[in-house]
Amino acid sequence: MPDATGLELVAQRVRSAVAEDAVVGTTYEHEQAMLEIAPARVREVLTYLRDEDEQPYEFLASLHGVDYLPEEPRLGVHYQLLSRARLERLGVKTRVTVEDPVVPSVIDLFPTANHQEREVFDMFGVLFDGHPDPRRILMPEDYEGHPQRRDFPVGGEPVLFTFNEHKYPRWYD
Amino acid sequence: MTEPGTDEEAVRAPDPLATPYREREQSVTMERVGHGVRDDGADLQPESELFTINLGPHHPATHGVLRLLCTLEGEQVLDVKPIIGYVHTGIEKSMETQQYWKAITFVERMDYLAYYFNAQAFCMTTERLLEVEVPTRAEYLRVIHTELNRIASHLFWLGTSALDIGAITMMWWALRERDYVLDLFEMSSGQRMHTRYFQVGGVMDDIPPGWEAKCREFLALFPSRIDQYEALLDKNEIWLQRMKHVGVVSKERLLELGVTGPLLRAAGDPWDLRKAMPYSAYADFDFKIPVGTVGDCYDRYRVRMAEMRESCRIVEQALDGLPEGPYITTDRKVALPPRHELATSMEALIHHFKLVTEGFRVPAGEAYCAIESPRGELGCYIRADGSAKPARVHVRDPSFVNLQALPEMSEGGLLADMIANIAMLDPILGGIDR
Repeated sequence: MPDATGLELVAQRVRSAVAEDAVVGTTYEHEQAMLEIAPARVREVLTYLRDEDEQPYEFLASLHGVDYLPEEPRLGVHYQLLSRARLERLGVKTRVTVEDPVVPSVIDLFPTANHQEREVFDMFGVLFDGHPDPRRILMPEDYEGHPQRRDFPVGGEPVLFTFNEHKYPRWYD
Repeated sequence: MTEPGTDEEAVRAPDPLATPYREREQSVTMERVGHGVRDDGADLQPESELFTINLGPHHPATHGVLRLLCTLEGEQVLDVKPIIGYVHTGIEKSMETQQYWKAITFVERMDYLAYYFNAQAFCMTTERLLEVEVPTRAEYLRVIHTELNRIASHLFWLGTSALDIGAITMMWWALRERDYVLDLFEMSSGQRMHTRYFQVGGVMDDIPPGWEAKCREFLALFPSRIDQYEALLDKNEIWLQRMKHVGVVSKERLLELGVTGPLLRAAGDPWDLRKAMPYSAYADFDFKIPVGTVGDCYDRYRVRMAEMRESCRIVEQALDGLPEGPYITTDRKVALPPRHELATSMEALIHHFKLVTEGFRVPAGEAYCAIESPRGELGCYIRADGSAKPARVHVRDPSFVNLQALPEMSEGGLLADMIANIAMLDPILGGIDR
């Protein structure tokens, strides 16, 4: 893990190499470094951290979504980067609003993001711009809503089979 | 679910149920192969025809409810699309309505063969958020149980995989030894599967008298049993022909696809979180990381067999060096007080009551911890909002990520080789769908 000072240095390098507005903030808690970046700059920052930085992070360990309700902007996408050479992890997150939930896809930088971006879209409704196959992955294709959002209610969902799918039409209304 | 102020009828999408079932099936895209042109641009031979079949979701060789949409030219697989979600039960969502100590029960049911690992990833992340110190004895007991669980998980993989290839004896032999491990789990925790033995701050209870002797009995017996499995498989002509040079994917490509665990090590990359970034008590033990050279199915098989031997060594060392001391943290705000204290101490009674009714509160924050599960990097992300329930739990399940490598392993090979690839990939659908 980069320490608190190391994180600031990373942020400083990203600011000077990519853009001044690329880094929104840094948090260092529980010995874990987290860089918050602007959604429009995701591809540039991750390209820089993967290839050009003096301390590169070449492996995307995990990509997942978060709903920060009631904070705004509500939706978050986390990229857990890993440097296998220096044994360091760096969290990168970006936050978007529910009204405009668009984040550039990083699938060409990290092909592992394919299924994980589809899951974040499925569960949170974050649209990944440039994803070649932006379909739902876990929920049924004709499902409406994004169930992992915090304002999506738990329970009360009838189990749909082929024989009774017309018995509960539009149960989600 | 409509926005206020908009016309409800106008924003409605067309009723999905109005579409006939078969048309919905066609929404799966097949652009790459569907137009009579192969990947290399050459036209198909006039006599050859592409054949699209569904493998699964209810097919015994898919190790769960995995559906594979395969496009075949003769017996050659041209394209595979894994379709998942058939056992999606919303565990991550359900955990948001549970107190932390109750959520352990949920998280164990994700990867149902490696339940100790799920629980450990979740507990480690919660401990990091709480900044609770785990006693050394608890860490050792965790290592012992996770390594036994790794053996049990690999044994189940061995039995079912060999069954897919047609070696039926392995199923009985491997499950016989797995039962021995489950007996140990039952003795230490009362449950054979989904034991809920790991708690935030330590483990549920100390190992009972006689457990260590029984465990050592197993450790003495088990290496000779691995010898027996290998005697049965390693010189078996059918097994070797089905395994060798099948499903080779380069190390670099596996890393791009995010693949970790035995699959990556079989390709020659000695990446193991237990060694690379030691967590729990792994820094105390001497063990080796088996790696392969070719990265085919045979290497994947060999790596897992060698890992079982190494796990045995780790458990042995942990039993030898098992320190005395508490098995769970003495922080009364996190762990239940011992039962006998309740009769004499009012404070203990209050703590017990508060923990059981409300659970402990976790200060707001976010954390991500990763451990090495039998299938690769098992990461757990928790966002705490200061209440007694997590605001978001995400488990980065290695099966979910590793499954992306299946098309690369299988395309261009025979349909029968794809079955071998699935077997050696070792996907657990409970973990993939969560």
